[in-house]
Amino acid sequence: MKTLVIAEHDNASLKAATLNAVAAAGALGGDVDILVAGAGCGAAADAAAQVPGVTKVICADNAAYEHQLAENVSLLVAELGSDYDNLLAPSTANGKNIMPRVAALLDVGQISDILSVESADTFKRPIYAGNVIATVQSSDPKKVITVRTTAFDAVPAEGGSAAIEACSAAHDAGVSQFIHEEVAVSDRPELTSASVVISGGRGMQNGDNFSLLEGIADKLNAAIGASRAAVDAGFVPNDYQVGQTGKIVAPDLYIAVGISGAIQHLAGMKDSKVIVAINKDEDAPIFQVADYGLVADLFEALPELEAAI
Amino acid sequence: MKALVAVKRVVDYNVKVRAKADGTDVDLNNVKMAINPFCEIAVEEAVRLKEAGTVTEIVAVSVGESSCQEQIRTALALGADRGIHVEVEGKPEPLAIAKLLKGVIDQESPDVVIMGKQSIDGDNNQTGQMLGALTGMGQGTFASEIKIGDGAVEVIREVDGGLQTVSLTLPAIITTDLRLNEPRYASLPNIMKAKKKPLDPDARAALGSGSISRYANRRGAPS
Repeated sequence: MKTLVIAEHDNASLKAATLNAVAAAGALGGDVDILVAGAGCGAAADAAAQVPGVTKVICADNAAYEHQLAENVSLLVAELGSDYDNLLAPSTANGKNIMPRVAALLDVGQISDILSVESADTFKRPIYAGNVIATVQSSDPKKVITVRTTAFDAVPAEGGSAAIEACSAAHDAGVSQFIHEEVAVSDRPELTSASVVISGGRGMQNGDNFSLLEGIADKLNAAIGASRAAVDAGFVPNDYQVGQTGKIVAPDLYIAVGISGAIQHLAGMKDSKVIVAINKDEDAPIFQVADYGLVADLFEALPELEAAI
Repeated sequence: MKALVAVKRVVDYNVKVRAKADGTDVDLNNVKMAINPFCEIAVEEAVRLKEAGTVTEIVAVSVGESSCQEQIRTALALGADRGIHVEVEGKPEPLAIAKLLKGVIDQESPDVVIMGKQSIDGDNNQTGQMLGALTGMGQGTFASEIKIGDGAVEVIREVDGGLQTVSLTLPAIITTDLRLNEPRYASLPNIMKAKKKPLDPDARAALGSGSISRYANRRGAPS
C-alpha cells in the first residue's frame, strides 16, 4: 500500500494542513510519500522531509507549478499517481481545486473532505451541510481523497528524515495563467488551525465594530472569523468566512458573537470542542449548539468580556 | 458567444435533511426541492453576460431524472434561451455527470461553461474540475468575479488566504462561489414564457457508480 500526499505549502515552508493529511495517510497504512510541487520550493521540500513516518519526498520544482495552477499540477500528480494506491491532499482551496481534476484524469471517483478512514476502501464524509454522514466504500483501483484537516490530529512537524528526490517532469497545459493574488497577512493564528476562534456575524452591524473582537482575540491568541452574512455585507473579507462553503474549523473554543446559527454556519464550526454564543435573541438557533450561551447585547457584553479576561 | 450552464435539482437549502433509519439513503419524502443555490448564481451570471452583450446564447443543461426539468425551466425563466435534459436514473456520481456534460459540450461547443462550485446535497465540489480534466479546458473555480475578454476570461477566485486572479483561454470552465452575484427573482411573465422555450431531451447512457454509500445522521445534531 503506497500513499502520496500532495503538500500544501508556500514554497518556503510546509503548511500545517499537510500534517493533518499525513495523519490520514498514516491511517491507511503502508508507505507515505509527500509531493512538493512548486517553484523555488526546496525549503518546503526540506520541511516535508522532517515529517516523521514519511519515506520519500518528491520535489517537483518548476515554473509551471509556481502558483499551484490546477491544470498543470493535476497532470503531474496523475503521472506520479501510477506508482501509488492512494493520492491524498488536505481539503483546502488548493486541494479542492486540484484533486478532482486528478481523479478524472485517472478515470476514478474522488472522495471529498473525509472525516475518517474506516478501512482501505471505506471512508466517512459529511453531506447536506454535515447533517448526514455518508460512509462511502469505493471500488476504484486508486483512491483520490481530500482530507478534512479538523478531523485528523496533525502528525509532528519534526522527527523524520526522508529522502528527497527531484522530479523534473514539467507539465504546462498552457490554458491558464496566474495574474495576481491578494492574500491577507496577519499576526493572528490561521483560522483553520487556531485553538481559539472568535467570530462575528450580522449582529456586529458593520466592519468597524469587528475591532471589538480584536482585544479579546489578542488576549486569547484567537483567530477572527465571520459568518457568511457578515462577509456578504462587506464587514470583513471573504477569507474570514466560517461555514458550509467557507472554512471548516474545530477549535478548542469557538465564540460566536451576533451570529444567529444558520445550518450553513453550523456546518463550519459545530465540531468545536466548546462553543460559546453571545446573541441578544434568545431564540437564535446558535444556542442549540452552544455549550455556554449569553443572551445579551454584544456591544455591552464584549467590552465586559475583554475586561474580565 | 455561447454559454453553457449546468444546473442541479437539490433539496431546498433550508431543509434539515435526515438519514433513513435503515441507512440506505436520506429521507427525501415530501421534502421541498429547488435549484442548487450555486447553480442559480451560475445562471444569473450567464444572464448578466448576455445583458452586457458578451454572450449571445445561454443553454441550460441538467443531468437527472425527469423531475429536474423543473430546474431547467427555472433557468429558462431567469433568462436562459434553451434547455437540455440528460435523463438518468438514480444519483450519478460527479465523474459520471462530468462525462455526460462533456458529451453535451462536444455537441454544443460553448465558449464558456458556468456551473456551481458544489451542490448542497453531496457537498462534493468536484464536477466542474472533473469536466476541466475531461475537456482539457482551464478551470476558474470558486469564482467571485469574472471578466470575459478577447479569447480569454479573467477569474477572481476565493482562496483560503484571500483572492487569486487567473486568466484562462476560452473555452473554459468556471465554477461559481457565493459572492459572484445575487440572483434575480424570475418574474411571472418570464416564468410563463419559459414554458414555451425549447427543452430537449438528450439521451446518453450514464456509467455505473464507483462506490456504495450508507447514511447516518450526525450524532448530536440539533433536531
